[in-house]
Amino acid sequence: MSKKFLIPIGPYHPLQEEPELFKLYCDGEIVRDIKWETGYNHRGIEKLSESKTYDQVFFLVERICGICSTSHPFAFANAVEEIAAVEITDRTKYIRSIIGELERIHSHLLWVGLAGHFLGYNTVFMWAWKYREPILDLFEMITGNRNSYAMFKVGGVRRDIENRMIEPVTKILDDFKKKNDLLTGAVMDDPVIHARTKGVGVLSRQDIIDYAAVGPTARASGVAIDVRRDDPYAAYPLVNWKVITAEEGDVFAKAEVRLLEMYESISIIEQCLQGLRKEKEGDIQVKVNEIPEGIGTGRAEAPRGEVFHCVFSDGSNSPLRHKIRAPSYSNIATFKKSCIGQTISDATISLAAVDPCYCCTERLAAVYDSGSGRKLYNARELIGLSADRTSELRNKNDLK
Amino acid sequence: MAVYLFYFLVFPGLIFAAVTGAFLSWFDRKITARVQFRKGPPLLQPFYDFFKLLLVKETILPKQGSPFIFLAAPVFALFGATMSAVFILLPLFNIKSGFSGDLLVIFYLLTIPSFSYVAGSLASGNPLASVGGSREMKLIISYEMTFLLVIAGVIMKSSQNFDLYSVISAQQVSSPFIGSISGVLLFIVAVFCIQAKLGLVPFDMAEAETEINSGAFIEYSGVPYALIKLTKYIMFLALPAFLTGLLLNGFNLHGINILWAVLKLTGVVLLLTLIRNTNPRLKIKQAVSFFMIWMNLIAVIAIVLAYFGY
Repeated sequence: MSKKFLIPIGPYHPLQEEPELFKLYCDGEIVRDIKWETGYNHRGIEKLSESKTYDQVFFLVERICGICSTSHPFAFANAVEEIAAVEITDRTKYIRSIIGELERIHSHLLWVGLAGHFLGYNTVFMWAWKYREPILDLFEMITGNRNSYAMFKVGGVRRDIENRMIEPVTKILDDFKKKNDLLTGAVMDDPVIHARTKGVGVLSRQDIIDYAAVGPTARASGVAIDVRRDDPYAAYPLVNWKVITAEEGDVFAKAEVRLLEMYESISIIEQCLQGLRKEKEGDIQVKVNEIPEGIGTGRAEAPRGEVFHCVFSDGSNSPLRHKIRAPSYSNIATFKKSCIGQTISDATISLAAVDPCYCCTERLAAVYDSGSGRKLYNARELIGLSADRTSELRNKNDLK
Repeated sequence: MAVYLFYFLVFPGLIFAAVTGAFLSWFDRKITARVQFRKGPPLLQPFYDFFKLLLVKETILPKQGSPFIFLAAPVFALFGATMSAVFILLPLFNIKSGFSGDLLVIFYLLTIPSFSYVAGSLASGNPLASVGGSREMKLIISYEMTFLLVIAGVIMKSSQNFDLYSVISAQQVSSPFIGSISGVLLFIVAVFCIQAKLGLVPFDMAEAETEINSGAFIEYSGVPYALIKLTKYIMFLALPAFLTGLLLNGFNLHGINILWAVLKLTGVVLLLTLIRNTNPRLKIKQAVSFFMIWMNLIAVIAIVLAYFGY
């Protein structure tokens, strides 16, 4: 009988950006069993939420995840609006969908880059992140922030996408589409990437159903679930788009689904921008006086899968109970199926293929020079710097 | 005696090879950075890296495992690399003609660093290092045979000369070996072997950062790791220079030809850099079959072609 030994991935490891621990029980190069521990990042957000007002909770749930920072406010808005029985305006719907889809593009690009890095293909890593930059600039132009956009509120959005913005946004998207063609071609046609990812970490249709996996992980195994289609919200019923699926269920299929979804997202954004032209400018919120007693559930399709928020209201100005389920919670359980029996090399890319997100953020208050101890920037000055850049970006595109 | 010590320690041995190799590795990193839209390190970065490890960083020994082998391995690796650099560079710079059969001595000396890494990683008692060590071992087994076939092909082309000096002078009298079909095939195979010997992507599975956390070198720190860095710099000069001698008619050190020699060396390094920037890491199984089947096949075809004079 051979002796098993333990290969730890984590709590801090170059494979994952966030603290978590995977224990691979290996027999030589072959992974025989896997166990994982999460919870290094617990911040008690559900409890915190009970002590905040509904308007404040948006900023709180936005900070659950730095990458999909719109999907949580999206789901929370859906939940609260269900309690209050608010019907939002069409312009709000379009704006919400535009932000949601831009976020999907930047999140998928981020994953493609990281997957390249995990395969030792750092050129893809750097190129994907370079091409992601215009999308973040777009966010900064529209919302004022590269991340954590603070766009959502009960019954509407905080900022309008004015009609004069539509043209520069379309231009940036067109430029991006060309670069995305290049990147997609480079990834999909590379024989060595095929050799590394095809047939690796396969999840069958039944595995997906057994483990209740969601998002691109499920769609890559031929299970066409997508909250945007199954439980329509925002502007998704108003535009034409299709759910991308693949049949193979391996790492390559997951990459393929994500790369093709970016094209769908671009098409949704373009249609939403056209829709914006028809609506009256500034018609971006419905007045909500109070949240009545009741239970509301909200779902949103985050880049990683379904985000679910359940809000209990007792009629006061803050939630009585707020339950959140993030997509990675169900996706990481599939590692039992995808990693066991693989080699270590295959297991690591299989771990990364579901794009696990352990919900982390960091904040910066002040920067000190380590030599002299002199304070270089305080928070207010940093925000000032950021605002300067935003206005520079807007001026460049002739917006004021 | 003193002159041999000079060869070994100063020129073309330890100091010369390490400094030149450090600049070549800077070139590699800078090109990589430019390919990836990054700025890249300053010219002296390899030296900063080395002296930081040597002078500043603390040396930590693993509690389990064998400290003697763990510490001896980098020293052996450095000696192997320096000796091979001396034997390769002396004929290349036309200082000394070497001896009959030195091609095989160089071949053995070039394997010493890899074997030392395996010994050192297994002595560290770390499970990640043992995975890295076993991968390195499988890699050595697969590419060494191929590398030997390349040398055999070159010997065949230079009408059975077993020393590097005659191989180079045979090319300088007529034309470089790469100017024939078998020469091109041998060059392709040799470039992949060098890529694997240097541990660059796609053959960096022994230290795969995102899989096993730098694998074979995970426990090294401070002075031993500085020696490993130095070994890698020397190998970065020795292997491309060896290839230049084997197939690209070596260096000619008269007047403007020096520039030509530098271009040849940087050209080979550029090729290695581009390969490593346009490929993901292979699995160890794929790397073994790549060398054992395909590269060996190409090398044998090249030898047969060389026999018939193509």
